[in-house]
Amino acid sequence: MDWTLFVTQMLNGLQLGVLLFLLASGLTLIFGVMDFVNLAHGSLYMVGAYFCASLTDFTGSFVLAVLLALPLTALVGLAVEFIVIRRLYARDHLDHVLATFGLILCFDTAVQFLWGPEGMAIALPAVLDGQVEILPEIVFPTFRLLIIAVGLVVALGLYVVVTRTRAGMLIRAGASNRTMVAALGIDIQRLFALVFAAGSAMAGLAGMMIAPITEASIGMGNEIIIIAFVVIIIGGIGSIKGAFVAAVLVGLIDTMGRSFLDTLLKVVVSDQNAETAAPALSAMLIYILMAAILAFQPQGLFPPKGR
Amino acid sequence: MDRITAFSPRGWSMTVALSLLALLPIYVAVTGQTFYLDLASRLMILGMAAVSLNLILGNGGMISFGHAAYLGIGAYCVGIPAYYGIYDGLIQIPLAVACSALFALVTGAICLRTKGVYFIMITMAFTQMVFYGFVSMEEFGGDDGLVIDLRSQFAGLLDIEGATGLYYFILISLLAVLFLVYRITRSRFGMVIEGARANERRMQAIGYDTYRYRLVCYVIAGAICGYAGALLGNFTHFISPEMMDWTASGELIFMVVLGGTGTLFGPVLGAAAFVLLEEWLSTITIYWQFLFGALLIAVVLFWRGGINGFVDWAADQIPGRIITRTRDWIRRAPWRQRS
Repeated sequence: MDWTLFVTQMLNGLQLGVLLFLLASGLTLIFGVMDFVNLAHGSLYMVGAYFCASLTDFTGSFVLAVLLALPLTALVGLAVEFIVIRRLYARDHLDHVLATFGLILCFDTAVQFLWGPEGMAIALPAVLDGQVEILPEIVFPTFRLLIIAVGLVVALGLYVVVTRTRAGMLIRAGASNRTMVAALGIDIQRLFALVFAAGSAMAGLAGMMIAPITEASIGMGNEIIIIAFVVIIIGGIGSIKGAFVAAVLVGLIDTMGRSFLDTLLKVVVSDQNAETAAPALSAMLIYILMAAILAFQPQGLFPPKGR
Repeated sequence: MDRITAFSPRGWSMTVALSLLALLPIYVAVTGQTFYLDLASRLMILGMAAVSLNLILGNGGMISFGHAAYLGIGAYCVGIPAYYGIYDGLIQIPLAVACSALFALVTGAICLRTKGVYFIMITMAFTQMVFYGFVSMEEFGGDDGLVIDLRSQFAGLLDIEGATGLYYFILISLLAVLFLVYRITRSRFGMVIEGARANERRMQAIGYDTYRYRLVCYVIAGAICGYAGALLGNFTHFISPEMMDWTASGELIFMVVLGGTGTLFGPVLGAAAFVLLEEWLSTITIYWQFLFGALLIAVVLFWRGGINGFVDWAADQIPGRIITRTRDWIRRAPWRQRS
């Protein structure tokens, strides 16, 4: 096997993994604390990307655009929570799913109305646009390295916030017993809004990170959100640690499967069969992984405690 | 008079609606507006799919967000044989039902081990798996889909190549599916499914293996939807993975909820409202999906009974009044007062 290709694809897998983590951690927090299924999480990923694209055009600086787009995406999240989501906490999951599905339609159309049907590319500053040689003979795009770094920093930051701060304590308390937290005099409504805004900002950040590579487009969140769901199912819904482990696992398996599955299959079956089966099989690999894990661990790898 | 009032209002309005559907081809033949025939065909096929989803979602409380997979599987079971030159409907349709049932059995066995939100997401993920599976099958068109050049053939017994033939085939299928689901929900089996939704622990405590009952129910729903998928493939002459995109599954749930969960005719009404709204709104603005989404949110927030609940209410109120008023008028009529 080609050594440089292997390392490059490992890094690509890791990059996909942290991106998934940015999405999945918000989803899993929102579910863990509010017991709310948010299909529209991918819409905030898209909104973040579009904000970032417009602001990059406007300010001329990608970094500045990200810093401005983050609070804007959080605001959109807050508004959505205030207008729609808030009324649904007491309802069952079917209502959550349906209403947020409606939100997706609204978001996709609103973005088409505001930004037009064409996608938007984001120009990167020269510093980030190049490639670096990380190991002898292995070059890797600087920006993808930055995505990995940002993802890891956010993961670390989230860990510190959740385990070391008062807000994090409330989040953990809310996840294990919502009613009790409310009974202790905590403004649960505010906590929910805060968590929703933070989750939105993280989803938006993921969108901003991927948009310079793929460009911002309508419906960009609808595909990746399903993979983010797979991640939180594998990790155990409500667990941030589970989301991280599962995100990296899914990112690596998906990327490695797409590049090396045909080579592996050729060992077992004929070349021709391997060539035809590999693309379909690698596309389904993470779902097979999910099914296998759920068959043994119906609650995921890190099942939530105290519920 | 008593005979009409004894006949339930819902049964009454449904009989009228179905008679109108049966007469539609005549109207189309007179006016030449084949568009309505296509619309009604699509509506009834989606209605069948929604009825099957309602069996697990409404009656069984299993919120499947992946029901469009069966539409796709059913359609590909028509398309792939047709690709190899096998047009025999007596092969294609049983194949569609069998493949859907098998897929439901395998995935259901895993999905039903989970509950609540896990179930929603895992059913969604399995459908996505099938979606990507078909996307990457270049042989059968991959992303671009597959054209079906000829509809299913039934050895000269039936001819569904023409729009009217297919229309009646779909209508009869819909009636059969409704009858089947009616019988299922009123059988002992259906009661167990309802019971498991209402209180699973009690059902288990009185000795029912709820997992098995649910799995059987899940397989039946999958098989029915696979059948609807086979009809959809025949109807559109074209199949693509797009049919089982997860938004298609969401739309099916919307139809069920819009019509009224857990009712017999609700899903058909929901599918009808969905298809007609889609047609109507898309003529108003190109941003019609925004209105559609907003409507969906509004339905969830404010209007839980669905259309079925509304029809029940309206049928109770309006025809009831019309009938009593007419009766009173007839009783008070001058020619009656002679004697």
